[in-house]
Amino acid sequence: MKRGLEVYAIAIYAFLHLPLLILAIFSVNASRFTAWQGFSLHWYQAMFADRDLLESAGNSLAIAVASTALSTVIGTLAAYALWRRASNWLAGGLYLSLVTPEIVTGVSLLALFQWAFRYVDFRLGMHTVILAHVSFSIAYVVVVVLARLRGFDPALEEAAQDLGATEFTAFRRVTLPYLAPAVAAAAMLAFTISIDDYVITSLVAGVDSQTLPMVIYAMARRGVSPVLNAVSTTIVVLLGTLVLLSERLRRA
Amino acid sequence: MTRLRTIFVTPAAVLMLVTIVVPAAIICVYSVLSRGAYGGVELPWTIENYGRLIDPLYGGIFVRSVGLAAAATALCILLGFPLALFIAQSGARRNLYLSLVILPFWTSFLIRLYAWMFLLRDTGLINTGLQSLGLIHQPLPLLYNTGAVLLGLVYGFLPFAVLPIYATLERLDKSLLEAAADLGARPLAVLTRVTLPLCAPGIGAAAILVFVPSLGTYITSDLLGGSKTILIGNLVQNQFTTARDWPFVAAISIVLMIVAVMLMFAVRRRGEELL
Amino acid sequence: MEDILELRGLSKQFATHRAVHEVSLAVERGAFFSLLGPSGCGKTTTLRLIAGFEMPTSGEIWLNGTRIDALPPFRRSVNTVFQSYALFPHLTVLGNVEFGLRHAPAADAEQRVRRVLEQVQMADKRSRKPSELSGGERQRVALARALVLAPDVLLLDEPLSALDPQLRKQVRAELKALQRQTGVTFLFVTHDQEEALALSDRIAVMRGGEVEQAGTPQELYQKPRTRFVASFLGEMNWVDGIGIRPECVRVSLDGFLNARPGRVAHTTFLGPHRHFTIQLQGGELVTAQTAAAVTFAIGETVQVSWDAADELRFSS
Repeated sequence: MKRGLEVYAIAIYAFLHLPLLILAIFSVNASRFTAWQGFSLHWYQAMFADRDLLESAGNSLAIAVASTALSTVIGTLAAYALWRRASNWLAGGLYLSLVTPEIVTGVSLLALFQWAFRYVDFRLGMHTVILAHVSFSIAYVVVVVLARLRGFDPALEEAAQDLGATEFTAFRRVTLPYLAPAVAAAAMLAFTISIDDYVITSLVAGVDSQTLPMVIYAMARRGVSPVLNAVSTTIVVLLGTLVLLSERLRRA
Repeated sequence: MTRLRTIFVTPAAVLMLVTIVVPAAIICVYSVLSRGAYGGVELPWTIENYGRLIDPLYGGIFVRSVGLAAAATALCILLGFPLALFIAQSGARRNLYLSLVILPFWTSFLIRLYAWMFLLRDTGLINTGLQSLGLIHQPLPLLYNTGAVLLGLVYGFLPFAVLPIYATLERLDKSLLEAAADLGARPLAVLTRVTLPLCAPGIGAAAILVFVPSLGTYITSDLLGGSKTILIGNLVQNQFTTARDWPFVAAISIVLMIVAVMLMFAVRRRGEELL
Repeated sequence: MEDILELRGLSKQFATHRAVHEVSLAVERGAFFSLLGPSGCGKTTTLRLIAGFEMPTSGEIWLNGTRIDALPPFRRSVNTVFQSYALFPHLTVLGNVEFGLRHAPAADAEQRVRRVLEQVQMADKRSRKPSELSGGERQRVALARALVLAPDVLLLDEPLSALDPQLRKQVRAELKALQRQTGVTFLFVTHDQEEALALSDRIAVMRGGEVEQAGTPQELYQKPRTRFVASFLGEMNWVDGIGIRPECVRVSLDGFLNARPGRVAHTTFLGPHRHFTIQLQGGELVTAQTAAAVTFAIGETVQVSWDAADELRFSS
């Protein structure tokens, strides 16, 4: 049975990774057709020359940084609070946000914003996107940090307090250092989720802020294009590295 | 002693209240209002939006969506379980194998779908490959149909199925498996009589993590299904942008949320928490 | 009395260390045989080799006249009671006990199950789940589950170590009675020498993967062949390279031939008797066991002596 499982595993891993590898190979194909015509980087050059693409990438980066910072902090604190004492409501709500289809989340957030904007003079833009991203990233941060907390001995905090530390100081000087790898891993995870989100972002972004996924989506709908191959490969490599780092940290 | 905890939990709780509870309430209200002239909502109160959900015009869409989501879930579990088993038995290299599963999952769902567009289209790699081998003369219509959407869903959500199953397998007490063998069970019997029943919570979690997002998927069917495959997600997008029918969209959303919540309770009651 | 289980030159080498080395043993049918030793001595590995969860690097295992060391666990007629009991949490007591019978159907299966449940006194709890049972109850279910399959040898991996000390003595007695009642050969692994001495017909003391000495409890206690065996079983005093047991040491105020003078350093009241630790002139400490009523004050000078016949001498 073991040999059978090994063969099976290889097949599944091939299934999971080959499409992206093929995309990467063709991103350096000089020809825009399937036939191979030599190695070329000019699709990457075209990618860097596309201003809309670069501007949307900049937007995505700004949004990701902001939402990552916020969701990591809020999520870490929430995970700690949940670890100290479970709360069915909070846990249930976070689980719900993990599991709800994106289109439902997007529609309901849009409804919220449009209703709120009747009373406050605001429009859809980067800030609404950031808020939306923070909202759905928190659950992922909590999952990662809580998993790390499960291996933490509460007696350590008690010992710190016994030696004179306040509750917060005990958290800051004992628990937080222990959590640091998980927090970093969670931050990277939140970052990749934010960079990649399409459905919710497209609903709450408004006309002025285009994000990278929105541009990619529009290109994909028009059909296959070699510039898109280059963009895809770049993103996959960057995010992939980030995710690997995150996993490495999580297991540190 | 719990003051710190209250402070810590407040930002998340407030955020959840504002971004989940309040919007849900708003949507709830919208779903029983009528469509306004300029696309907003207005009185009178009505439940006809829910009534439209069982309209035969839309019935097909719901049936197809549920069927597709169920098929994707079944496939993900069937394909994911052996892989989770493999990783759990791989000893020292399990972190490597886990990373290999997680990696594609986190690197942009959108791009991974695009990769399949690239492969499956008429002039894509698969078709040109088969043609040059002489196996076919006309390109196969691999893209823009329900099958492609199913493929996209399975490809996208397979890691979502593998991880919870792996988590349960890893926590399994190995001495239980030894005990079963000690009592005379062959490896296959150990799998079916001990491993699988004890894995049920992980499988349940996997099922809900695949089924609910699949049910509401939008970009998978938009990119891989063409205009032929309309699922719930596409319907919502449609009604939203062209018809600007907020109440109908709200009604669909509420139904989807109820389905998600019901499934969530069904799975969590029997199993361990993901959170 | 023939041997039901025989180990011949059994060895197990792991990547980092040698767990079992050239172990040869013979276990009589119907005996209560213990493997005794400190942690890391290889006793659990030996058990696992017999059960089939590890494959030997070299050597042979013979069960009832057949060689079994190459067989997988489900083909061997031995069953194990695990240290953690390993009860299946998703099955009831009845489900657990019946488990093995599914693969070895017997005409009288139902009867056997009923009988073994009565033997361990768990018949009225047959529909409970393991999570609803106490530690002692779980152990009984683990026993029943293994015994119902009528194995040639029952392997027990430190089954009493998870129980409260109070419970341990009681369960120990029940275990011995059960073995006598069923007549099944028990192979018992423990690090508790008192337990081994009380329960076993024969004991093999192990250290560093090897058998130091095998014999009856009496033989091992009274005629240990190595220093290690002597120290491991019961308590031991070492004076000038000679070993002497505390209960053989006599303490009195008057001296006579061969008595050595010393001062009382310490006294411990143990209930049924008392221990005195006495420092001899050469600096050595000797522990003597006396009746509980005997009193010497700390610091008092006393005379310590023993019979030469009780001395234990070792070559190394």
